Amino acid sequence: MAVKNLIDGVREAMHEEMARDPRVVLLGEDVGIRGGVFRASEGLVGEFGEARVIDAPLGESGIAGVAIGMALNGLRPIAEMQFADFIHPAFNQIVSEAAKIRYRSNNDFHVPMVIRAPFGGGVHGALYHSQSVEAFFMHVPGLKIVVPSTPADAKGLLKSAIRDEDPVMYFEHKRTYRLVRGEIPDGDFTVPIGKARTVREGKDLSIFAYGLMAVFAEQAALELEKEGVSAEVIDLRTLLPLDREAILSSIGKTHRGLVVYEANRTMGAGAEVAALIAEEALFELDAPVRRLAGPDLPAMPFNTVQEEHFMPNPEKIVHAARELLAS
Amino acid sequence: MARTKTRATAATALTPDAVRKAYRDMLLARIIDERQWVLNRAGKAPFVIPCRGHEAAQVGWGSALRDTDFFLPYYRDLGVVVARGYTARQAMLALLGKAEDLTSGGRQMPGHYGWRERNIITGSSPVGTQVLHAVGIAYASRLRGEDSVAATALGEGTTSQGDFHEALNWASIYKLPVLFIVENNEYAISSPQSREMAVQDVSERALGYGIAGATIDGNDYFACHEATFQAAERARRSEGPTLLEFKTYRTVPHSSDDDDRVYRSREEVEDWKQKDPITRMQAHVLAEGILTKQEDEALWREVKAEVDEAITYAEQAPYPKVEDMYRHVYAE
Repeated sequence: MAVKNLIDGVREAMHEEMARDPRVVLLGEDVGIRGGVFRASEGLVGEFGEARVIDAPLGESGIAGVAIGMALNGLRPIAEMQFADFIHPAFNQIVSEAAKIRYRSNNDFHVPMVIRAPFGGGVHGALYHSQSVEAFFMHVPGLKIVVPSTPADAKGLLKSAIRDEDPVMYFEHKRTYRLVRGEIPDGDFTVPIGKARTVREGKDLSIFAYGLMAVFAEQAALELEKEGVSAEVIDLRTLLPLDREAILSSIGKTHRGLVVYEANRTMGAGAEVAALIAEEALFELDAPVRRLAGPDLPAMPFNTVQEEHFMPNPEKIVHAARELLAS
Repeated sequence: MARTKTRATAATALTPDAVRKAYRDMLLARIIDERQWVLNRAGKAPFVIPCRGHEAAQVGWGSALRDTDFFLPYYRDLGVVVARGYTARQAMLALLGKAEDLTSGGRQMPGHYGWRERNIITGSSPVGTQVLHAVGIAYASRLRGEDSVAATALGEGTTSQGDFHEALNWASIYKLPVLFIVENNEYAISSPQSREMAVQDVSERALGYGIAGATIDGNDYFACHEATFQAAERARRSEGPTLLEFKTYRTVPHSSDDDDRVYRSREEVEDWKQKDPITRMQAHVLAEGILTKQEDEALWREVKAEVDEAITYAEQAPYPKVEDMYRHVYAE
């Protein structure tokens, strides 16, 4: 087992799956000779050739739509959106087509494809290189949505996504690419879609998060521990379908819940987690569920002070946890 | 998905049997269409999307390809799927949203075809999405070294969509075996062609992609068949995609919910009815002795009886079970 970056997990998963299965292809802007703008596909074109590592024309609807056609005809495409912020032109193809093809054809057709998209802020990406778009797609049955926060999960979840028979959206937080390091098990392994990960166990409150926020939640829990607070951290990992059992069983243990996400607060992933707890576990609660999220603004500003104010961070999580414990 | 049986012939080499089948397919599509409107006006069918006037173009391209090719029709293409073996019963089951509807089990509106066994790819209502799917399908076929072609159809209004541009761009860059077939009936519901594009012919746009393009008389079965066949043969020789434009006219409103009297004159519609593709094909088969007048009359009776029987069958067929609506969201 070796310690690696999160982005190594992404690259290794694609590399191993392309070597294992000739049906797997990668298409996206600059994924070939450039290896992707974040280097996620570095080396792949040299090994698998331009026919399977495809530098797509610059149009996101085209990338998604062509990938759907490939999936309909026996391939296993990985479609890369250069930034999640640029996924919106592909919304129709993803939502009207990929998500509905199995359903509308009464199971006659299906779309085994992965859409990878770097998301999230805290990198001076400003309005159009910082967005968290997962909530748009959480509203769409027919899709699955995963977000890794460790190198091992990055690899194992991407392998599961590639092998899945339905369209999977794989959001990778761009700040975690080289910030988060960890061990990746040797050999072939997968991480199941639909299962949350208990990052650390605790008894005083549960912090639910995903992506970079799961990393920050763990850091916050270490800080809280110094104050004698035992925080359980649950990395949701899959946003669609949510791991209801993991969420409810954690609440059953700690009786207090804090949901952390950096997307706009209103109608974000945290709203669904909070609603689930309210519907299924209200009488387990010692305090109302709290959400710590990005503010309801059109987007994240470029300048340092406003960007920092937008992003949740470990200090803000600690503060929110203290408030929750005091309520 | 691929089947072994193969059929593709140049129009000039069509046997009398093949011509007879094409005529029958056109006629079947027409009679299904007419009867669907009757059922709609009688309050039995919520919605009809007609093929009327397009039958030569549709059966023309639908019959010019191989069974191993891929078909991505749009909602108006009843004639295409009939040429691929879709029956009157199937059309009526879909019209009434019955469980046995093979395209969607009664989930989709009528006209949203899909039939994996016949390589007819499932379609939706947002127009133009299928054009990109054809490109991906062709890419996959070529990656495996197969010689199949992906043919997709759309109306001229849909050429305004970005997906149309992206698809032609992709297909031309990679010289993919795709046929882009525009059934140009002059109107996108009420908007005339002049509100959709500044060019006379959609096929002019082929030049901008460096690919072949042609405008064809869309009411001439043989011309549509031949243009499709030749474009497919070029595609199989890796000579790239083709943009085909079949100029035709829908002689009824856009759908059962439309009223075309507000946007076009009765004289214009009447002029086009004089150029009806069924009448034209009928004249051909009679003149060439492919059918006698008596045989032709018998054929019309036979097709009408087939459609009547289909209606009876579909009306008696069960609806899907309510609980089945929760199935097939994901792999089970």
